[in-house]
Amino acid sequence: MKYLARRLVHATLLLAAVSLFSFAILQLAPGDFFAPMGLNPQISSRTIAGLRSQYGLDRSFPVRYGHWLHDALKGNLGASFAYNSPVAPLLAVRARNTLLLTGTAMLLAWLIAIPLGMWSAVYRGKWGDRAGAVVTSGLLTVPDLVLFLVLLLVAVRTGWFPTGGMVSAVFGDLNVWNRVKDIAEHLFLPALGLAIATLPPLLRHVRSAMIEVLEAPFIRAARAHGITERRVLFRYALPVAANPLISLFGLSVATMLSTSLLVEVILSWPGIGPLLVDAILAKDVYVVIGTVMLSSVFLVLGSLFADLLLFAADPRMRVE
Amino acid sequence: MTHRQKLAGSLVLLTSVQILILFAGFFAPYNFAVQDRQRPFAPPTTLHFMDLRGNVHIRPFVYDLEDSGKSILVSQSDSEHCYPILFFVRGMPYKIAGVFTSEVHLFGVEAPGHIFLMGSDAYGRDQFSRFLFGGQISMLAGLIAAILSLSIGIIVGGIAGYYGGWVDELLMRGGELFLALPWLYLLFAVRAALPLHISQWEVFLLLVSVMGLIGWARPARLIRGVVLSARHRNFVVAARGFGASDLYLLRRHVLPETYGVLLTQMTLLIPQYVLAEVTLTFLGLGVGEPLPSWGSLLSSLQQYYVVSSYWWMFLPALLLIPLFLVFYTAADALQELHKSVTL
Repeated sequence: MKYLARRLVHATLLLAAVSLFSFAILQLAPGDFFAPMGLNPQISSRTIAGLRSQYGLDRSFPVRYGHWLHDALKGNLGASFAYNSPVAPLLAVRARNTLLLTGTAMLLAWLIAIPLGMWSAVYRGKWGDRAGAVVTSGLLTVPDLVLFLVLLLVAVRTGWFPTGGMVSAVFGDLNVWNRVKDIAEHLFLPALGLAIATLPPLLRHVRSAMIEVLEAPFIRAARAHGITERRVLFRYALPVAANPLISLFGLSVATMLSTSLLVEVILSWPGIGPLLVDAILAKDVYVVIGTVMLSSVFLVLGSLFADLLLFAADPRMRVE
Repeated sequence: MTHRQKLAGSLVLLTSVQILILFAGFFAPYNFAVQDRQRPFAPPTTLHFMDLRGNVHIRPFVYDLEDSGKSILVSQSDSEHCYPILFFVRGMPYKIAGVFTSEVHLFGVEAPGHIFLMGSDAYGRDQFSRFLFGGQISMLAGLIAAILSLSIGIIVGGIAGYYGGWVDELLMRGGELFLALPWLYLLFAVRAALPLHISQWEVFLLLVSVMGLIGWARPARLIRGVVLSARHRNFVVAARGFGASDLYLLRRHVLPETYGVLLTQMTLLIPQYVLAEVTLTFLGLGVGEPLPSWGSLLSSLQQYYVVSSYWWMFLPALLLIPLFLVFYTAADALQELHKSVTL
């Protein structure tokens, strides 16, 4: 319990630091969203000053941060200048899409990594394992950006997958079942790309964790007792190997989020990635801060979730 | 293959790539900014050894109008449209490393002819030349950012490891904070703070320093670990007994222990930062026109019609794969070698 409490404190500190940090750097930035309006002779400087004070841009840094923090704790993340709407609902839709994408990709990646990693650990040094190692290190060297561009090329050239967006234009006219099918079709390519991009390190870790466990004396003892190989693998070896993998899961959330940003932009999935890039180009400050905060929250939740899982999986953690 | 051989092989390859990039002006037939509005999206030029009458030439040549081989055949005067490749030709002047001026290019064709080894882009600029010149920006970004990260890493890691106690605790907790962040988002947040419309070199310098500043935590942790263990080694304790000052101890005995870690971190960080620069520029947040970088070469692929019609625009992206393979092989071999030395 003490361990969990410490993690919670750490998470809160992290979020506070991120918010202060991103707020401070954006404060240092010269110019703001309304600055380009000054070039337009039809907009008077008084109008711009009015807009600035309306959005609170004319106040000092501590005051603005205090206001923002106060509002953010109540779920109000400020207003977007470009969309002229509150940030929170804007982010909610995008966050849902990103979660759908990363969740699917993560499930896919782990569903491939665990059996494949176990298999290559069991047949260590055989041709299958060696071929797997070559493919994995090959994939590791392909930059994510290039991987996604190649996927885009394949999709555009073959026309097998829809590219861009999350739904077809006719989405509104579809019934529930066809809507799900439509989203799944659009989801397939970005999720696959994301899964491929995150797979190699997972595979390596699963393999090495399994190899370590399979060499332990208790596994030899279990085999000597005549326990079937399948039972040895899944009932005895896998739970022991799971520990480092659960920690890895928490860490992989961060990589997943960064990679997801690229996939979203390249294959135009309407997640928080494209929103962030557009917001930066437009100097839409509160959207930028909201997005960065949201990704940090995802990150913190991911590692907290991993901690809880570890707690549930490993009795030693509960005793301490 | 032993690790030593792997390392030697990849280092030879890396060096040759660096030479190609450093002397881009010499190896590239054109300047990166030269436009040929008559030839947008020209496909890669084919080198011919046999002309239409079946005569074999030892010196390869190119045709002026790639698509209209038929019209050449009709006019029966293909020698008019055929341009042999010349070596060490005089062309546009360029500078090497910003100092030496020259106008000799490794290869080229005579004026009305064109040679686009990797095709041309929307403005008819030679992709091959832009790839070589773009490497200068991207590699330089990787190099400077890596050096910056490592310098901060040495200072912070050295202090934390050497002095220990609350200083160590504070610095390492701070580092953990940096490690826990989704770095791409952080990089974006910082980039958002920078003005969008400033000179390209300022953008470059800002970008590089931001990348370098964000990435200090991992090398700092590793260096701290090495320093921590080196601090209690006998020769260090002995030197301290002889009255050596902290600064002398760090400089003479402790920091030299970290060279192995520094070298492997360097080979890992450089490709990582090159990739970061490529990613940021690809998204339109990095170095912009007319300066080429590998990121801006790829950014045209965001247009649907480019992806669907001009396959050769993918060549720069595909060329990056073997390059990174060599980088990671070198880093891997170095790591293994270092491990076997220390063990």
